[in-house]
Amino acid sequence: MSVIVRVGEADFDVGAECRALASHSRQSGAIVQFVGLMRDSNQGDDVLTMELEHYPGMTERCITEIVNRAQQRWPLFAVTVIHRVGVLQPQDQIVFVGVSAAHRLDAFQSCEFIMDYLKTEAPFWKKECTLNGEQRWVDARQTDQHARKRWQD
Amino acid sequence: MITVLFFAKYRELLGTAKISLSAADIDLTTCTVAQLKASLAERGALWRDVLAAENTLCAVNQDLAGDDTPISLGDEVAFYPPVTGG
Repeated sequence: MSVIVRVGEADFDVGAECRALASHSRQSGAIVQFVGLMRDSNQGDDVLTMELEHYPGMTERCITEIVNRAQQRWPLFAVTVIHRVGVLQPQDQIVFVGVSAAHRLDAFQSCEFIMDYLKTEAPFWKKECTLNGEQRWVDARQTDQHARKRWQD
Repeated sequence: MITVLFFAKYRELLGTAKISLSAADIDLTTCTVAQLKASLAERGALWRDVLAAENTLCAVNQDLAGDDTPISLGDEVAFYPPVTGG
């Protein structure tokens, strides 16, 4: 299986990533991609910019481990995970998870699985700057923990 | 020597991203995460709050660790708040 994990400031091209995922196997019949974007508001405040910090080294290692777990659970041909760090603006792309499998159910489920674990385990932190000049660290959401727990039953 | 890293809110609260501890600072013969926390907590109330927080996460050599995870010479230990990526 082809696994690509990329963490950095550079933006990504969803079309190019999709074509790359498809190229790994002629048996590939389903590609599912998730793209996370930055919203322009949070908790009722307008958000101007967001800064993403991470733990270099552990981040890549943690995502690779999550992808390995997904691979043990579903038959996959290729997985690409890209996560941006640094300063982002509203509507900027933050995260890309793309999977290639023979059938759609495996592709949908593994993509959700990777995203759910990434959100709760990969060491990234968001700090947002609001319109009124406040800088604040974004709190972790309970709903993300619940989303992950459904894979543990 | 062990390296201790702090990320995000904790880095800001404590005013440091990285500290190095030598055998003179802490007994490394039977050291665990819990013992490292106790030792760092002696640095003041802020440190105590950060390290005692129920949701503080710890990694040893970039693997998630618990209070009873052993720490030895040359290890990299990190403390950080719940993650918010994606």
